[in-house]
Amino acid sequence: MQTKVSIYKQEKRWAYLFVLPAVLQFFLFGAGPLIYSLYASFTDWNVLFGVRFVGLANYREILVTERFWKAVYNTFFLMLGTPIGIACALMLALALNRRTIGSKLFRVIYYLPSVSSVVAISILWTWIYNYDYGILNTLLRMVFGVDGPNWLYDPTWIKPSLILMGVWRSFGATAIFYLAALQNIPQVYYEAAKIDGAGPWQSFWRVTLPLITPITFYLLVMGVIGNMQSFAEIHVMLSNGGTEYSGATIVYFLWQKAFQNYEMGFACAVAWILGSIIFILTLLQFKTMRHWVYDGS
Amino acid sequence: MLTNPKAQQRIGDILVTILLSLGAVTMLFPFAWMISTSLKEQRYIFTLPPQWIPDPILWHKYIEVWEKVPLLYGFMNSTIVALSVIIVGTFTSSLAAFAFSKMRFPHKEKLFMFLLGTMMIPYAAVMIPQFVMFSNIGWVDTLWPLILPGLFGNVAMIFFLRQYLTGVPTAIIDAAKIDGCSFFGIYWRIVLPSIKPAIAAHVVMWFMGIWNDYLGPVIYLTSPRKMTIQPVIALFNSYYASQNDYALIMAASVISMMPVIFIFVFFQRYFIESLVISGMKE
Repeated sequence: MQTKVSIYKQEKRWAYLFVLPAVLQFFLFGAGPLIYSLYASFTDWNVLFGVRFVGLANYREILVTERFWKAVYNTFFLMLGTPIGIACALMLALALNRRTIGSKLFRVIYYLPSVSSVVAISILWTWIYNYDYGILNTLLRMVFGVDGPNWLYDPTWIKPSLILMGVWRSFGATAIFYLAALQNIPQVYYEAAKIDGAGPWQSFWRVTLPLITPITFYLLVMGVIGNMQSFAEIHVMLSNGGTEYSGATIVYFLWQKAFQNYEMGFACAVAWILGSIIFILTLLQFKTMRHWVYDGS
Repeated sequence: MLTNPKAQQRIGDILVTILLSLGAVTMLFPFAWMISTSLKEQRYIFTLPPQWIPDPILWHKYIEVWEKVPLLYGFMNSTIVALSVIIVGTFTSSLAAFAFSKMRFPHKEKLFMFLLGTMMIPYAAVMIPQFVMFSNIGWVDTLWPLILPGLFGNVAMIFFLRQYLTGVPTAIIDAAKIDGCSFFGIYWRIVLPSIKPAIAAHVVMWFMGIWNDYLGPVIYLTSPRKMTIQPVIALFNSYYASQNDYALIMAASVISMMPVIFIFVFFQRYFIESLVISGMKE
């Protein structure tokens, strides 16, 4: 008994030591800065003049800043890419799941863009979208005989262009998740559906789709969180948020405020609004989850 | 013929393969265009209709690019960040994962949930106080702000390894305890060897994340020689796009993608598995 107690004491001590770095990280780089930024969002925090408490002034100013609302609109618009990407990924996964020849090679090819850096991909697509010499407009001209728009400069086309690039970049990776989910579906379900007289189309709607809803849910939640924070492609492909600011996202707006105008307090308030939007969206998804996500019953 | 399910299956397979091949061409086409542009002579880049295969093929942009930009510094700095963060961070993460999955201590579950919560915090929400903190220490335009936080571990990795460790029998660890093996000894001799595959999988993913990181480096690094690879390429792009030297820009982009693509192709099996496991277990 004596030794058992001392072993536990020792175990406790060692365990605390082992988790110490992670806990320190939590306070130093996670919770600490997070709470500080909440405090800072109520101040006029400027690198030159220090911190001065201003109450809700930052939040009030944000609500009347036109660029902020543009950025919010753009961010939500760009989020359309999440469901589009998920739908494309599902189709790809269904195709890959047939295990035809070369399906392993296909898997690698479709995955390739998502491991390449956003910066290189953005540079590449800037060139593809080039109005005069870009390959996209060249193809449109050669194949369909039409003049393509000025993708990255025309305010109406900037967001669709970004969505197209985003879907191209990430749907191969998303498909890998679906592929794993599809391979986890027990064959007996399909056999049972067949006995009940279901065709392939019906068994897809009645068996496959409901059974992969947990992974769809996961992808939707992660996709929204990720998409809400896009920055790199905007920074690389567009200058100053694009024509009429029509490509700027919330994170881009925040970055400009913090690191170009050095309005740190204001930027912290924007960050907290962004964090709240992400939190609410995630919460909403979890709330509606039980209506459509399969839970094993 | 179509009533025969086997034949139907085969026709379906052929159709799917054709569609997949067309899709694969669409996926690879932009990359091919990138490489093709990088090998062209300046005056042929803007010809219409475009030259699909460059004639003549010029490799000199791939040499020129090393002389023109601090590309080498970009590679070096990214390697320094990636290696130090991954080596130390893997050590700290795996220790924490071991404690969270196999050791007994008060408030274990609560503590773990708190750590998981940090995965939900957007970087944008913490980057400003972090930036001010590091600039007060005088670390702006050094690699430290990119390295230091990572040394304390990576929550995603802790989570992933903890999931993996649930599959390692506790009996072995209990036996070692009774034999008087120290806890660090258990970690070093039993836990670490048994989670090697999981570590490999996660390290690949982590490396790609660090190599492709952009927002962090853009905030902290201002002088070209201090920059990691992504801001170097972006800077390069904005500089040479105005001179229309697209061959040079594309060559630099191709070079910057090489390390991750090589790693991906060699480790893709582990990589994809890790991705799937971490996704499936939520």
